[in-house]
Amino acid sequence: MSRTDTTRPVAVPAGDAPRSADTETAPRRSRWAVSGESRILLLVLPVVVALVFGAWAWWRATADLDSIEARQLAWGLILDLIWQHVKLTLVATFFVLLVAIPLGIALTRPRFKRAAPLAVGIANAGQAAPAIGLIVLLAMLLGFTFGTAVLALTLYAVLPVLRNTITGLQGIDPTLVEAGRGIGMSGAGVLFRVELPLAVPVIMTGVRTALVLLVGTATLATFVNAGGLGTLIVTGITLFRYPVLVSGALLVALLALLVDWAGRVLERVARPKGI
Amino acid sequence: MSTTTPPSNTRAGGTDAPGNPDVSGVDLELVDVLKRYPGQKKPAVDGLSLHIPAGEIVMFVGPSGCGKTTSLKMINRLIEPTSGTISIGGEDVRGRNVDQLRRHVGYVIQGGSLFPHLTVAQNISVVPRLLKWDSRRTSERVDELLELVSLDPAKYRDRYPRELSGGQQQRVGVARGLAADPPVILMDEPFGAVDPITRQRLQDELLSIQEELRKTIVCVTHDIDEAVKLGDRILILQEGAQIAQYDTPEAILAAPANAFVEDFVGAGSTLKQLSLSRVSDVELVHPTTATVGERVAEVRARAEANGDQAVVVLDERRRPVDWMWLRELAAADTVRPVRDDVLTLDRRATLNDALDMMLTSTHGAAIVTGRRDEYLGVVNFTAVTGHIQATEQQLAEGRAADATAGRDDAWEGGGA
Ligand SMILES: Nc1ncnc2c1ncn2[C@@H]1O[C@H](COP(=O)(O)OP(=O)(O)OP(=O)(O)O)[C@@H](O)[C@H]1O
Ligand SMILES: [Mg+2]
Repeated sequence: MSRTDTTRPVAVPAGDAPRSADTETAPRRSRWAVSGESRILLLVLPVVVALVFGAWAWWRATADLDSIEARQLAWGLILDLIWQHVKLTLVATFFVLLVAIPLGIALTRPRFKRAAPLAVGIANAGQAAPAIGLIVLLAMLLGFTFGTAVLALTLYAVLPVLRNTITGLQGIDPTLVEAGRGIGMSGAGVLFRVELPLAVPVIMTGVRTALVLLVGTATLATFVNAGGLGTLIVTGITLFRYPVLVSGALLVALLALLVDWAGRVLERVARPKGI
Repeated sequence: MSTTTPPSNTRAGGTDAPGNPDVSGVDLELVDVLKRYPGQKKPAVDGLSLHIPAGEIVMFVGPSGCGKTTSLKMINRLIEPTSGTISIGGEDVRGRNVDQLRRHVGYVIQGGSLFPHLTVAQNISVVPRLLKWDSRRTSERVDELLELVSLDPAKYRDRYPRELSGGQQQRVGVARGLAADPPVILMDEPFGAVDPITRQRLQDELLSIQEELRKTIVCVTHDIDEAVKLGDRILILQEGAQIAQYDTPEAILAAPANAFVEDFVGAGSTLKQLSLSRVSDVELVHPTTATVGERVAEVRARAEANGDQAVVVLDERRRPVDWMWLRELAAADTVRPVRDDVLTLDRRATLNDALDMMLTSTHGAAIVTGRRDEYLGVVNFTAVTGHIQATEQQLAEGRAADATAGRDDAWEGGGA
């Protein structure tokens, strides 16, 4: 599975280069004023997804399917599988955030700073391990359940969020932190009112990466009886029903695109004004 | 080691004994303060003892790495001293919760260090909020401070730092430092990141703010001219924060304590005197003025009668808006400015600043303004040279007197 770039350099503010005219003022910029490329992504992506899904639905309604195919591709079942898939993704994302963000914060505090490379190394190993192996292994230990699938997915997707939380926090201009402390903000005050808000854009990029990773990986949940769209793919393969297989793959791809889009929207909304 | 107390100040309008009701600052006292960074043999600050009187600006200068920043940050405990005591207004800084302490000590750093995700108003109100001021009091305070640092509140309150120029960011940084009306303000190279003209403006503004507030200000700089201009006293440090001299700018320039100070202050002590003298010390000339909207014919007649080639154009509140050559007036019936910004000099600017501006002006002179940018007159080369000559003469007399009566602190650079 490919990984999107999660270690984008952080926009480090302040410490501005000297500017000449004192009266000159930087132009005001709206947060929606985005570059051409990302605007196309933001606007075009949902349209493409809708069109492709529409085309698939039309095919589903008109195609000549045998009884097995028709049963596998029944609307009720499809919606169930999509819902399971989304649930797996969201629950795993929730746990990823719950683990990775506090861990990332801790690993950038002076006290635990030294452990950061180790923790990132472990998370790296978690992601480098074949996802299928991780899921099946955990299932043999913990049973074939939804919980097991969520645990495996969480372990698998911690890395991008953890790494970006650390990168985001480390990328903050230390003079801003010192300015905060210097005017009397507490350590926690600086963390919550200065450091985290400024790191949000980088952290959100990690979250989006994790989301996309999870949508893809959640296909494997079917191997531990946790459902999801992977079920269609596996059924398609075992029963030699290519329409089912392709439908499964297509729906996963569309869902991944949609989640990526939602992640981008979220990135924009969560980005504090002013940076 | 005993505390160094310099001879009493002779500048800035004289009477600033502690207890002066106008002074809102408090005394600062450092006793045998030592800081040794872990893993370093030599202390960065080696036994610094210093008394800083209430309501004064003390400038820390010295070569890079001599311990200025370290000394400054020990005052608000951003750096904890290895030993020694520091007290603010007679109270040991270690006696208090460190965050509480810092909320009552202003802190201004280079470039302003504003939080980029907060608006100007939010940046300034960080400390008032920590002090649990109600929102009405806070927002009134924000507007008051923006006025104080010459930014229009309505225009700038809701901007983000990146929507401001470097100089404006620095102004907001100063406003943030003043927010909770702290008696002591620490500044670390506050104007280091802006261009010379903006720096000069900010310096003038700081002086005018200080005239009103009379805080105790400790300001680090590596620019001796800035130190001479802003400081009621200057602390010149050598490596390890050893005091080379601690005195008024006048005294330091007139009588450097040793070769190090002499070197640091630089030769050309007459030129440095230019940083000591204010534009308000020299005789201004008064060329023909005109008011926007006045009839050109009348203005021209007046200028020709005075033998002037150019007129200073003022608006209805007597603020200079342009400095026009007569030929530029010809085009219209009534006086209308052709440029949209005219460079002016605050009366608190030093002669050094004045020379800078005069050299770049096509008029070979500079317009001087006073309170609320009101027009005062024009300073030209003749006036400055005259002032330098008078100063030279006074210095020579002073030296002669020194030879008989010991050191003389009374030199004031006010010879005009
Ligand atoms: N956090 C630190 N750890 C170790 N040594 C330090 C630290 N901060 C400063 N020093 C050392 O202490 C000495 C004094 O540093 P300080 O920052 O006070 O100098 P300064 O006078 O402010 O210099 P500059 O004009 O360059 O800002 C220097 O030799 C510096 O290398
Ligand atoms: Mg320094």
